Amino acid sequence: MIGSLPPRYRVSVDPVRCMECGRCIENCSYGVFRWDNDRILINSRNCTACHRCIACCPRDAIMLEEHPCDYRSHPLWTREVREAIYNQARTGKIILAGMGNALDYPVIFDRLVLDACQVTNPSLDPLREPIELVTHIGKKPAKLDLQRREGGDIELRTPLTPNLRVETPILIGHMSYGAISLNAQVAMARAAKEAATFMGTGEGGLHSALYPYQDRVIVQVASGRFGVNIDYLERGAAVEIKIGQGAKPGIGGHLPGEKVCAEISRTRMIPEGSDAISPAPHHDIYSIEDLAQLVRGLKEATGWKKPVFVKIAAVHNAAAIAAGIARSQADAVVIDGFRGGTGAAPRVFRDHVGIPIEAAVASVDAKLRDQGIRNEVSVIASGGIRGSADVAKAIALGADAVYIGTAALVAMGCRVCGNCYRGLCPWGIATQRPDLVERLDPDIAAKQVANLIRAWTLELAELLGAAGINSIESLRGNRDRLRGYMLDESLMQVLDVRQVGA
Amino acid sequence: MAMCGIIGVMDRKRRTMDGSGIRQALSMMNERGSGEGAGYAAYGIYPDYRDCYALHVFFDNPRENKPALDATLAQWGTIEHDEAIPTCDQPDLQAVHTPWRYFFKPDPALAVPGGATQEDDIVSTLVMRVNAARRGALIVSSGKDLGVFKAAGWPEDVANFYRIEDYEGYTWLAHNRYPTNTPGWWGGAHPFNLLDWSVVHNGEITSYGTNRRYIESFGYTCTMYTDTEVVAYLIDLLVRRHGLDVDLALRALAPPFWEEIDRMPDAGREWNTALRLAYAPAMMNGPFAIVAANPDIMVGFTDRSKLRPMVAGECGDRLYISSEEAAIRAMEPNIESITMPAAGEPVIGRVDPG
Repeated sequence: MIGSLPPRYRVSVDPVRCMECGRCIENCSYGVFRWDNDRILINSRNCTACHRCIACCPRDAIMLEEHPCDYRSHPLWTREVREAIYNQARTGKIILAGMGNALDYPVIFDRLVLDACQVTNPSLDPLREPIELVTHIGKKPAKLDLQRREGGDIELRTPLTPNLRVETPILIGHMSYGAISLNAQVAMARAAKEAATFMGTGEGGLHSALYPYQDRVIVQVASGRFGVNIDYLERGAAVEIKIGQGAKPGIGGHLPGEKVCAEISRTRMIPEGSDAISPAPHHDIYSIEDLAQLVRGLKEATGWKKPVFVKIAAVHNAAAIAAGIARSQADAVVIDGFRGGTGAAPRVFRDHVGIPIEAAVASVDAKLRDQGIRNEVSVIASGGIRGSADVAKAIALGADAVYIGTAALVAMGCRVCGNCYRGLCPWGIATQRPDLVERLDPDIAAKQVANLIRAWTLELAELLGAAGINSIESLRGNRDRLRGYMLDESLMQVLDVRQVGA
Repeated sequence: MAMCGIIGVMDRKRRTMDGSGIRQALSMMNERGSGEGAGYAAYGIYPDYRDCYALHVFFDNPRENKPALDATLAQWGTIEHDEAIPTCDQPDLQAVHTPWRYFFKPDPALAVPGGATQEDDIVSTLVMRVNAARRGALIVSSGKDLGVFKAAGWPEDVANFYRIEDYEGYTWLAHNRYPTNTPGWWGGAHPFNLLDWSVVHNGEITSYGTNRRYIESFGYTCTMYTDTEVVAYLIDLLVRRHGLDVDLALRALAPPFWEEIDRMPDAGREWNTALRLAYAPAMMNGPFAIVAANPDIMVGFTDRSKLRPMVAGECGDRLYISSEEAAIRAMEPNIESITMPAAGEPVIGRVDPG
């Protein structure tokens, strides 16, 4: 027998502080609290540390403790390892997990430091001097044919491809209706509009509630083709082909039938209650030339008016793959690092497959430069962007812009409990249960997400000004303005940064 | 580079000036230097060899390093003539290199078919190869009928070392260096040159990491350990290889802010947008004032916020561009007009055609 395992969390209610209002009971969708006559009973085993009860308790009466009962400590046979084995020994199944990579890998971003000016060049004050964060995402010409007409006017003879113009290099990545609630999507769409940036639909179609924001929406074409028709493509500001995702490179997706309610069924264009299974590969893409055809097909379908992005997971060979994508008519390559979040992924993939975004972006940028095509295509970095410093570092390593995902959810209240796949999100984000979805007020959440993007944008302008740079493109790939702190030499070679003090 | 003084002068009728005037002007700006680097570029000084590429070379030791360079040049073309550049020892200037000049014609058979500027392509590749190899020979200028004379020292000492007053040029650039990156390294002194273009620069390019990686993807190699050399290569790329007019190339390096572009009428907005998008990695950031010249043009331009000084002066056929008015007045006491160009607004002078 395996018996019962030590509880992961212990929830306690301070009886002196508690006023027995019952908000914890109402708010906990995992069933931790219940009335027992006039007492509140607690079942800590159901707790996910989502903090909803703590956030709603008017008296600060609830306390939460992680790992109240230790296993015998062991550096190899950790608690997680042992519990995974117990779990699989019981069930014989693949373990599901949510959010991003939960293993304790070193965070490269945290071992890179940014530069600032002293004496030899003046730092710039964003309150006094213009600092440009405007970013254009899309194909750029390698060179220009500019001719001077008789009267002195300049004539541009090089055709330009439509680009997306963003006022800040921070975009909201793809999270589908299904993985998250409609209220969460609407909130992010409003935030994108307010912050003059864009948000992705994920592979969940475009619900009519998002139509008012469609010029700020990037629609996605993934391997299940859910929600894709010509109307969908034409509504989006850009189209993204999703090949892979950092949280689960190499595998597809699965939205369980119980989440496919009437609205999701209509939006995804699938029968109500049926599983939405996205296959691992696109069944019409088995090579880079097939991808190039799909890019061209989508451009043709939308009259060559919309940029087409291709998203891949950051895998070992990401640089060469990105170079192949850059050679197609794709406008941008999205690289999703191994810390990228997800609604649900097999834990073994979430934690063990793929490479960090920092290394992936650095090598993609370098490869594209080696081939002389870097500036012709945009590179979007995603997967574990936690703050403006990560944005600045990703750009200095070679990205044009970043996608945020988890950070936007956290701005709406998410506590990163990692139980998104269960559909019980008490914050109304990763759930379809009407009573839970209702908890998320799209107006308030939109404001919070927009605030976050604005705050990061302000910080980015300050960081740029301090570095004596007044335009974001002069930071792009400018690894001279980064230094590695406690990074090993071979990794610094990949990142093409010098060490602190050098 | 922190301060630095720069000056350029061009005679539109190609009437020549000897080097004594610019020496005098440059030494007016000793406040801006530290005695660790100065240099001069002169156009029109080698009329007898006007069809040859004049290669100015710093040898660490001619006995040791020259045979290898001779052999390389013989492989790539013909050495019409070569000699030590005449110098005169100065007590305060340590001659760590021996300056040499070659008058060189590349072998047209080496050209890549279809290139628009085939001889230039060969010589530019040659310069990159020699400088990257670091075999005790550094090619510091490579244009026709021009030369760069520079060293670690005060402007007067460098001028006297090269006997600069013995040269007659119609365009001169000069630079007084206050180095912070690479003091004492002759290769780090200005002007920087590639083929026709020479550059002097006051400032620090905060976008250097972006600019260098961009230019290196076109086959240039940065070998001088300092930021200014990318400017010479960027101008070469945009003007010679991409065929942009000089004023458009400068606009790509120091473009208008988006706010200004957005306000432009349609046609202007379109090509200005295209210029920023296509040449974003070439755009130079940080404080700078730059004077650059080729045999037909001299230009001065600053960063978009003008964080380094630049004044322009006119007197008859002569155009002056400098960090300081005092330097211009030292050279031309009867200067007719002095103007201070606005941030990002270039000053462009062209020699009269014919």
